[in-house]
Amino acid sequence: MDDDAEIIAEFLVESHENLDQLDRDLVELEQHPGSRELLSSIFRTIHTIKGTSGFLAFGRLERLTHVGETLLSKLRDGEYAMTPDIAEALLRMVDTVRALLEGIERSGNDKDPGVDVAPVQAAIELLLKNGGQPPAVEAPATEVVDTSTPSPDATEPVDASTPQPPAWDGVERRGVQAPDPAEPWDGVERRSVAEATVRVDVELLDNLVQLVGELVLTRNQILQRTDTHEDVELIRASQRLDLVASELQESVMKTRMQPIGQVWSKMPRIVRDLAHQLGREVDLTMEGHETEMDRSVLEAVKDPLTHLVRNSMDHGIERPEDRERAGKPRTGRLLLRAYHESGQVVVEITDDGKGIDPERIGAIAVQRGVVAREQLARMDTKEIIGLIFRPGFSTATEVSNISGRGVGMDVVRTNIERIGGSVDVVSEVGKGTTTRVRIPLTLAIIPALVVGEGGERYAIPQANLVELVRIEGEELRRQVERFAGAPVLRLRGRLLPLVSLAEALGGTAEEGDALTVVVVQSDDLTFGLCVSEVHDTQEIVVKPIGRQLKGLAMYAGATIMGDGRVALILDVPGMAQMQGVGAIAPENVETRGVLEGDRTALLVIEVADGRRAALPLDAVARLEEFPRERIERSGGAEVVQYRDGILPLVRLAPAIGLTDTAGRGEQVAVVVHEIEDRAVGIVIDRVLDVVEETVVLSEVGRRTGVTGSAVVQDRVTDLVDLEAVVARMGVVA
Amino acid sequence: MTAPTLGVAEQYCTFWVDDLYFGVAVAEVQEVLRHQPMTPVPRANEAVRGLINLRGQIVTAVDLRVRLGLPPRPEGALPMNVIVRSRGEVVSLLVDDIGDVIDPRDQGSLELEPAPSNMPADVQDVVLGVRPLPDAILLVLDADRAVDVSAVPDTSGGNP
Repeated sequence: MDDDAEIIAEFLVESHENLDQLDRDLVELEQHPGSRELLSSIFRTIHTIKGTSGFLAFGRLERLTHVGETLLSKLRDGEYAMTPDIAEALLRMVDTVRALLEGIERSGNDKDPGVDVAPVQAAIELLLKNGGQPPAVEAPATEVVDTSTPSPDATEPVDASTPQPPAWDGVERRGVQAPDPAEPWDGVERRSVAEATVRVDVELLDNLVQLVGELVLTRNQILQRTDTHEDVELIRASQRLDLVASELQESVMKTRMQPIGQVWSKMPRIVRDLAHQLGREVDLTMEGHETEMDRSVLEAVKDPLTHLVRNSMDHGIERPEDRERAGKPRTGRLLLRAYHESGQVVVEITDDGKGIDPERIGAIAVQRGVVAREQLARMDTKEIIGLIFRPGFSTATEVSNISGRGVGMDVVRTNIERIGGSVDVVSEVGKGTTTRVRIPLTLAIIPALVVGEGGERYAIPQANLVELVRIEGEELRRQVERFAGAPVLRLRGRLLPLVSLAEALGGTAEEGDALTVVVVQSDDLTFGLCVSEVHDTQEIVVKPIGRQLKGLAMYAGATIMGDGRVALILDVPGMAQMQGVGAIAPENVETRGVLEGDRTALLVIEVADGRRAALPLDAVARLEEFPRERIERSGGAEVVQYRDGILPLVRLAPAIGLTDTAGRGEQVAVVVHEIEDRAVGIVIDRVLDVVEETVVLSEVGRRTGVTGSAVVQDRVTDLVDLEAVVARMGVVA
Repeated sequence: MTAPTLGVAEQYCTFWVDDLYFGVAVAEVQEVLRHQPMTPVPRANEAVRGLINLRGQIVTAVDLRVRLGLPPRPEGALPMNVIVRSRGEVVSLLVDDIGDVIDPRDQGSLELEPAPSNMPADVQDVVLGVRPLPDAILLVLDADRAVDVSAVPDTSGGNP
């Protein structure tokens, strides 16, 4: 129904515009009866309405426009000359068409009994019968179309017998639900579709976005200044400015939002053609047409999404014979799904094809030199599947013209990451594959971490940010070393290549007794960027830089800070490339027994007044603190608003059989645990430490939510079974 | 008024760089500004001195002294900005001093003449021609070429 509603809404907007034009044309036509141009224009308009109404099964509208069209074609072809009678008939037809359209807008069909089509239709038919001359006798042509008092006999028999209730449940209806058309005007103004929407030049919108960006920056400057002021009025005014500017920004951003349906609408055709070409039978389902995103984002994901669809058809869904052999229905299923999640747009492309076989991927990757055999041996399934995104990887045994040129998936990922998105693939051999693309809602304003180097500030997009690490004193000597000439950091059993921002910028890095490392990620490369200062995270307005700087891969653009100065935005993939990080990336290289004896990284926490517990660190996505008043209730559960979403909370202490003492203070410490793509907040008393220990599990203390206990840092510590904790609390994670 | 032929403007915005007297067609100039705070762009071409916030628009500042291979500005002398439009972008030219807007025809120079062949190549590279005036020679700047600095940094390194 959604699709129809959308089409009808578009039809209405278009028709209303056309009808206004038609009125002007008809009036002008009376003055210039011979104008072929005007006649053609009118004919086209009526023809369009007729065509669409036929397509949408608006029978009355179609029949009316059909006779109108016939009359017009006679005029256009010069068979009839324009007479006041014909003009009158045509104008009445236009009025009736408009009345019918209004009926459609209200009720979704053209069966409005208040609109009487018959007399107009009869008048035109009479004109046609008489060769364009008015009939000698008084014909219905002089009757007035009255939309408020229906004459029941005149209604077409089909409709009179079935006064259809409004069937359409679209969104375009405004105000009161389907009012009785015969009802006198109740004084409440209802805006029609045509009046409720305005077509705006995209350039104007872009301009508005830019101006709002300016306003946001100016607001930031003012807020910074007023912070130190004591003038209450000024502070109040600046707070108001803050609020208004934020709302304005949001509204303006909304005007640029477009539904993904625009991309979806092209898919059936692509899928059909491909299915034909590839000899596949595919059933395409699309969900979430209305999911909106900024038009620049939409533009940027159009090609990658199309490519992914092609890929699913080519590499995923098998030939019908193969499917039958595998015991699957001949027709493959392709599901495209778009939805909003925590301030991002997620697009999923799911097929029920043959899935991705990690063994085959691994073999091909080794054969093509994408990865070394030893490296492969250390990879888990997810990492192996991730190899399909590496440059130079293509699994098609024969290169087809659909996909399989080996430039596919890596380009897809590069393009999506360029706009701050990510792609991941989940696949089950024989069952199918789901590719999940996450993209930001907008490109113009992004969150970023601002760091300082050499007296200047640089912004690192949040999308690339993994974590911040500070290493001091003894740890610095122990954890940072040279590995094949390049500095690396031992971080939780992994070696992280380090890049000095100062050196990357052409200066020299200062040797200090502390090191601040911003761990950043791009593609499947993670590295540490050593910076001298970390400022804060803020929303920045991304601005383009001139062509003099376009060749510098390390900058993604520039932005204007609160004090009006320009700061450069670092391009993480570009920096990695420039610093040659990829070349030494020891993704999982284990040296000198970093992982000897199965050491596990643990987050040691305190619960229930001094009791120690530990969580596996890889289950910890982030650590957060919320003010207690931010905790809200939803149903029976505690939740907190977090990153544009809702984070369900679980209190750890009661879940593992202890007394809850968390959140007595002003702040509540929360461990964010992510399960697939959902997150749960585990409420604890506080974080004690992060350790790496060889865990010797003891059954002592084993109970629901606790796997057992172990000696961690010379103290007995409960090892929390997160899965059980989350499951027990019945949090829909 | 005669129709301007290619490269011959009616009026020029003039400025000095070292001891050279330049003019750029008024139509290409957006505005002239005093010295502005700049954010340096490490690893960029040496001639790119930084980025300026021009009412929210980010403008690259190209130092004409560096661009023309002239000695650096004396210590403490702040450059002025001649903001020009070039191929859809706005770029700032850093110059030593700003002169008047002049019309060379008022001073007897009716046509653009080719630049003397013994002018340094770096200067010739960015000059459309010259307009000899009674007490000076006006070098007519090709703004597009002047701001066209390679994005790939020199081996000598960019500004620190």
